[in-house]
Amino acid sequence: MSAAGSALEAPRPPASGQPVVEIERLGKVFGEGSGSVVALEGIDLVIRAGEFVSLIGPSGCGKSTLLRIIGNLIGSTSGSVRVNGKTAERARLDRDYGMVFQAPVLMDWRTVARNVELPLEVMGYPREERASRSARLLSLVELAEFRDRYPWQLSGGMQQRVAIARALAFDPKLLLMDEPFGALDEMTRERMNLELMKIWAQTGTTIIFVTHSIPEAVFLSSRVVVMSPRPGRIARIVDVDLPLPRTVETRESSRYFELVTEVREALRRHDGDEVPGAPDEVEMARIRAEGVS
Amino acid sequence: MSTSLALPGRAGRPGTAPVGRRVAARLWDLLPPAAVFVGGVLVWELSLLVTGVQQFILPRPTVIVAALIEEWPVLQRGVVYTGFEALAGLAVGVSLGVAAAFATARWATAREALMPVAVGASSIPIIAFAPITSAWFSSESPASRVAIVTLMVFFPVMVNTVRGLTTVDPAALELMRSYAASDAVLLRKVRIPNALPYFFTALRIAATLAVIGAVIGEYFGGPRFALGIFITSEAYVFRYANAWAAILLACLLGIGFYLAVLLLERIVMPWHGTQRGADA
Repeated sequence: MSAAGSALEAPRPPASGQPVVEIERLGKVFGEGSGSVVALEGIDLVIRAGEFVSLIGPSGCGKSTLLRIIGNLIGSTSGSVRVNGKTAERARLDRDYGMVFQAPVLMDWRTVARNVELPLEVMGYPREERASRSARLLSLVELAEFRDRYPWQLSGGMQQRVAIARALAFDPKLLLMDEPFGALDEMTRERMNLELMKIWAQTGTTIIFVTHSIPEAVFLSSRVVVMSPRPGRIARIVDVDLPLPRTVETRESSRYFELVTEVREALRRHDGDEVPGAPDEVEMARIRAEGVS
Repeated sequence: MSTSLALPGRAGRPGTAPVGRRVAARLWDLLPPAAVFVGGVLVWELSLLVTGVQQFILPRPTVIVAALIEEWPVLQRGVVYTGFEALAGLAVGVSLGVAAAFATARWATAREALMPVAVGASSIPIIAFAPITSAWFSSESPASRVAIVTLMVFFPVMVNTVRGLTTVDPAALELMRSYAASDAVLLRKVRIPNALPYFFTALRIAATLAVIGAVIGEYFGGPRFALGIFITSEAYVFRYANAWAAILLACLLGIGFYLAVLLLERIVMPWHGTQRGADA
C-alpha cells in the first residue's frame, strides 16, 4: 500500500446523496444564423452529492462548454440547469462552485498562501479564518512549507495543487475541474490523480472533471460520461465500480483495463466521422460569438 | 504578463544566500559598467590632452569638474529649481495619466473621447510648444515648465496603465466571476496589481523625460540660475565648461529620478524584481 493510499483507509459510502446538478434537455448554440454551431444538444444528466463524474470526449464534443454552463461562466440556449435546486447563476452568486482550470491562474503578486486566500478575501472571511484555512489546505495538498513562496518558484504540478487548494478554500459544494492536469507530464499527472483521490475522500466534495484522458477518467470517477461531437451529446454513461480507495494497484487490476476498454469503445463508436486535424468548429464558433474575452 | 511567463526552477530562492555574499555579487555586477565609465573618461581626458582640441569644441573632464566646483553655488540652486519643476510636472502628469487610464479602462465612452486627445497631445513637438507655455505663464514662474513636463509624461503613463488594467488573463476574470466578485473587488485584486509592472515601466520612461522636459522648457524662459537657462547663457558667452557642468548635473538629476523609480518599484512590487531578475 502506497503512502497516498494509506490516507484512504475509510472507504467512502456509495454516492447516493441528494442531486447536486440536474440538467434537462440542455442545448447550446454558438453564434447566430448560418454561422451558428450547435455545441450541445439534448443533454440530460443528474449528478448526486459526493459523486466524481468525468466528462470525456473528442475535442468539439462540448465537454468544456457543458462544464462552463454548469458553472455559469456562459449561458445555455435551451433546457435547464439546476444546481443545489437553484439556477446556475444563483448558485454562482451563492459561491457554490470551486473552479480549477487547465492553467493554474495564480496571481503572480501573491504568495502561495495568499493565492489560496484570494477567494476568502473576496468573500470577506476574517483574517484568522483565512490564515487557518490556507494552512489546512496547503497541508492537504502537501505544500505547507511553500506558503511564502511566489508562484513562479513552483513547478507546474505544484502550481496546480495550489489552484486546487484555492478552489477548496471556501468549502464549495461543487468542484468543477476543466482538464486540470492536461498540461502536466504523465508521471506528475498520475501522482496528481492519487492526490485528488485523497482530497476527494477527505472532503467529500462533489466533483465534475473534464478530461481527454481515458485512464484518468476511469481511475478517478464514480461515473464516466462519454460525449460525442457535432452536436455534443451524451453517448454513454459508464459506471465505474472499481473499489475505493483507489491506489496505484487499481491501475493494474483487470477490471480497470476492462473499464478503460469500455470507455474507449464507446468513444470510438461515436467518433466515426472525426477528421484528424480539422479545425475545432465549436471552438471557432465560440470565439466568433464571444469575441476575444 | 501572465502566470506562465515565469519559468519554475529558474534562479534559486531569493534571500537564501548570506548577505555578505549577495553584496559582493552585486558589486561584481557593477564592475563592467564602472570600468567602461572610468575607461571612457580616461580616454576622453587623455585624447583631448594629446590632440589639443579647442576647449569650446569639447572640454576635458577635469576642466568640467573644476567648472562644476567653481560654479557650485549657482548650479546648486539650478539643480534644486529644475529638479522641482521636473518633479512637480511628473506628479501632475502621472496623476492625470493614471486618472485618464482608469476612466479609459472602465468606460468605453471615455476610451473613445480620451484616446484621440491623448495621442494628439503626445504628438505635439515640445520644442514648438515650450514658447507658448512660457507665454501662458510668467516666465519667472515654474508653471510653464511644469506644464511641459506634464504633457510629456501624461501619454506614456496613460497608455501603459490602460494596457495593464485591460490585458488581464481571461482565465483570471473567469476565476473572479466564479467567486461572484464585484467590479470593485476585481479592480483591486486583479486589475490594479496586474497594471503595476506596466505602470512602472511607464514611470521609468517618464522620470527621465521629466528632466529633459524641464531643461528644454527653460530654454524659453526662467530664472537665471535654472539649469536650462544656465546652459544656454553660458554657451552664449563661450563658457563651455560651465555649460557642460550644468549638462552633467541635468544628466545626474535624470539618473537620480530613474533610480528613485527603481527603488519605489522594489518596494511596491517585491515579487516582481526577484521574478524577472535584476533588470535595473
